Amino acid sequence: MAKMYPKSRPNRVSNNLVPRDETIKFLLDYSKALSVINYKNVKFEALLN
Amino acid sequence: MNKTPNSDALLVSAYINGDESALGELVTRHKQRIYSFIYSKVYNRDVAEDVFQDTFIKVIKTLKKGKYNEEGKFLPWVMRIAHNLVIDHFRRNNRMPKFENKDDFNIFSVLHDGSLNIESKMIKSQVENDVKNLIHELPDDQREVLIMRIYKDMSFKEISEQTGVSINTALGRMRYALINLRKVIDRHNIVLTN
Repeated sequence: MAKMYPKSRPNRVSNNLVPRDETIKFLLDYSKALSVINYKNVKFEALLN
Repeated sequence: MNKTPNSDALLVSAYINGDESALGELVTRHKQRIYSFIYSKVYNRDVAEDVFQDTFIKVIKTLKKGKYNEEGKFLPWVMRIAHNLVIDHFRRNNRMPKFENKDDFNIFSVLHDGSLNIESKMIKSQVENDVKNLIHELPDDQREVLIMRIYKDMSFKEISEQTGVSINTALGRMRYALINLRKVIDRHNIVLTN
């Protein structure tokens, strides 16, 4: 029974995990580049570099 | 920056109206909670990064298309998107989170396949057959008690009632049945192992 309880819990999730800075930067850049164009009830996505 | 409870809604509104910095504020404010939630499901940093990124891409597209209509409930909405994307991830990979074996813990130390392989099944069947044949060689009264106790799982009280003898007699017959079985097994060098 004792074997079922490991001393350390390898899968314990820390609450201090944050995404990488590059991921955040990508999202903010993506947001700036994305524009939505409305044309007669249809919405087009356009990525402007 | 407005720090009132509905400031998420104000930031969302500002973002929809073209204020890109509002998105940065929203991401900074909630990234830890959302990312930790995703990681707690997928247990992989790279996958968690991907799901986090896909979550906010969906958020950005929805907000920019003006389809967001849950004012004041920004975080639960984003968490729901993240949750759905985590499910999509597992559907795509057709698997559930897996244990990684570490030095101090191996999942196979607590999990094992209890079913017998084909060879063990055959040996078990042969042993059971041999035991049945040996039982048939016992005197009638001993064989009767042994079959009721071992194969029919009856108590000695039930056996005594059914056979019309006392419990002590039934116990004695069982004892002699086992002694006689051992004698026959020893005499003929029969191997009964699985």
